[in-house]
Amino acid sequence: MLSIKNLNVSVEGKPILNGLNLEVKDGEVHAIMGPNGSGKSTLASVIAGRDYFTIEQGEVTYMGKNLLEIPPEVRAKEGIFLGFQYPVEIPGVSMTNFMRTAINEKRKHQGLKPLSGAEFLKLMEEKKKLVKIESKLANRSVNEGFSGGEKKKNEIFQLALLEPKLAVLDETDSGLDIDALKVVANGVNMLKRKDNATILITHYQRLLDYVIPDVVHVLFDGKIVKSGGKELALELEEKGYNWITKET
Amino acid sequence: MQKDNNKIINKLAKSDYKYGFYTDIETDRAPKGLTEDTIRFIWEKKKEPDFMLDFRLKAFRHWQKMAEPTWAHVKYKPIDYQDITYYAAPHKKPQYENLDQVDPDLLETFNKLGIPLEEQKQLAGVAVDAVMDSVSVATTYKKSLAEKGIIFSSFSEALQDHPDLVEKYMATVVPYTDNFFAALNSAVFSDGSFVYIPKGVHCPMELSTYFRINAANTGQFERTLIVAEEGSYVSYLEGCTAPMRSENQLHAAIVEIIAHKNAEVKYSTVQNWYPGDKQGSGGVYNFVTKRGICKEKNAKISWTQVETGSAVTWKYPSLILKGDNTTGEFFSVAVTNNMQQADTGTKMIHLGKNSRSTIISKGISAGNSNNSYRGLVKMSGQATNSRNFSQCDSLLLGDKSGAHTFPYIDVANKSSIVEHEATTSKISEDQLFYSLQRGIDMENAIGLIVNGYAKDVLKKLPMEFAVEAQKLLSISLEGSVG
Repeated sequence: MLSIKNLNVSVEGKPILNGLNLEVKDGEVHAIMGPNGSGKSTLASVIAGRDYFTIEQGEVTYMGKNLLEIPPEVRAKEGIFLGFQYPVEIPGVSMTNFMRTAINEKRKHQGLKPLSGAEFLKLMEEKKKLVKIESKLANRSVNEGFSGGEKKKNEIFQLALLEPKLAVLDETDSGLDIDALKVVANGVNMLKRKDNATILITHYQRLLDYVIPDVVHVLFDGKIVKSGGKELALELEEKGYNWITKET
Repeated sequence: MQKDNNKIINKLAKSDYKYGFYTDIETDRAPKGLTEDTIRFIWEKKKEPDFMLDFRLKAFRHWQKMAEPTWAHVKYKPIDYQDITYYAAPHKKPQYENLDQVDPDLLETFNKLGIPLEEQKQLAGVAVDAVMDSVSVATTYKKSLAEKGIIFSSFSEALQDHPDLVEKYMATVVPYTDNFFAALNSAVFSDGSFVYIPKGVHCPMELSTYFRINAANTGQFERTLIVAEEGSYVSYLEGCTAPMRSENQLHAAIVEIIAHKNAEVKYSTVQNWYPGDKQGSGGVYNFVTKRGICKEKNAKISWTQVETGSAVTWKYPSLILKGDNTTGEFFSVAVTNNMQQADTGTKMIHLGKNSRSTIISKGISAGNSNNSYRGLVKMSGQATNSRNFSQCDSLLLGDKSGAHTFPYIDVANKSSIVEHEATTSKISEDQLFYSLQRGIDMENAIGLIVNGYAKDVLKKLPMEFAVEAQKLLSISLEGSVG
């Protein structure tokens, strides 16, 4: 589904990703772990198509297409979802209106008829139950006045509504209490299918108690220095990132 | 009921002046320039009552002694008042044979607004096929108003049919001495609307000038007079969301509203005169004096405006809260893009005890435009226990536009309370990227964000108008970011 080869990315002349390789197949959950400043969020931005960085080298292929040539809104319509580390507030724009626009734009792209107001509200109710989100969140303006935990839960709610092919969750678990963490994990698990994939970007092993990854990668200094099964996460938690950095 | 009204209005919008909102003069135009002879020419052509000649001449003589105001935060080339044609018979001759001859950008905008083809033709000045049934619809409309004693006619008609009423109220709120443009309008105005709601009557439908302004080459100098007698109610809509081309660069209108005891008037405007091209040339100068008076106790007047057009806007719909317990409201969204300049706001003059006023102004500036809010809240000595709340927000798109706020507050008693809140914000890159990442393209994203920002004002508009206004905001800001 997603193939990244020898990706080199810089931000204002400073190298951030240095020859990163990653293969994600249908049905897989990947966890990317790494210390602060290792390039985790930049990787998420490259996949989503934010443009504050320069691609120096390498290729990114998504569903057989050169992802780097596709504008961000088209990537989204083609099934790429980014769960933001810091979801932004959009005052005055209701979640309902925002998500209905998003879904109908995507449907238009797929050649489907737009959902009517009633159809959309029904879908919202369904997804609210699925990810166990309080009704009131969906009735407010996008992220406005939400607590940190509510913002993250709202990302999962949007994930559930958009049903992406590839979800990249950028530290969606950070700063969450255990209940919110469970909501996030539960959302990811519920939405797992044979034909979609998830990349969990995280600093801590904690989330991986609830979402079992197929592959764990350690990102350090802009490249993946170690990959393994779920036990790698535990080892990392136990020994700390120094263990990896010494080894490499 | 509401739906039926709108149907009627929509049908009328497509009809070719069947309702009678036109001046029945087929002849020619006045020679260019402005002298007392021009005034006499207009008066004669329009067959107005004698008091009108006197009024127009007084206004003209006063205007000659006045200087054009320069205090507004706008710049424009000097206007040569002797190079304007002050009277031209409304011509019904279409400008174009078919839509192919019309500016494609304009048609694109019509399509985005969802304006039906026949109406597009009319708006663009293309020959229109006859619309069926319009006579009977118009008759129904007029009949149901007449049954309640409501007068809704062109200003010219009112001068013929109800000269006493016009004479009694005209220029009582905006005297010809008020300002330069008001004096000019008083001297030369060609037509406009007149509304009279009798005592205790609740006007059963929204009164809309929509169709009339669409169709006519109404002029540069319009005059509207609305009188609401004791305990009456009316909601009046002016303007049109479709972009209005004009042959005339200078527009100087006057609107006067008189609300008697316990009466309520809601006045909603969507203004979308041609703003000029991206370099700002050819746009309309819109210098308007709008004022209402809540004359006796418990009267209420609301101004709601969505201003997206014109190259230069100079407009301050104001209210005099004369009676005790009167209420004044001003809700405004003003959008400027490219080279547009708007200096707009309101004045709330509190004279009565326990009078209340609310001001919500939302400015949106994009491109190289400048958008200013200018407002005065005055609490006189007698206006004890009065209150005002003002909220003036500015939203900037891009980094070349300007937003300015000039609030003036003048309180002459100790028991009144005046509150003023102001914010300035930008649409952030983060908000746009967040929307893009959800598959919402840039234009839609800006539309959503801007409409969210202006929601408090848009919700004050009558329903059908509000939907159109939302679309209009998005379209006005197209290409302003990214």
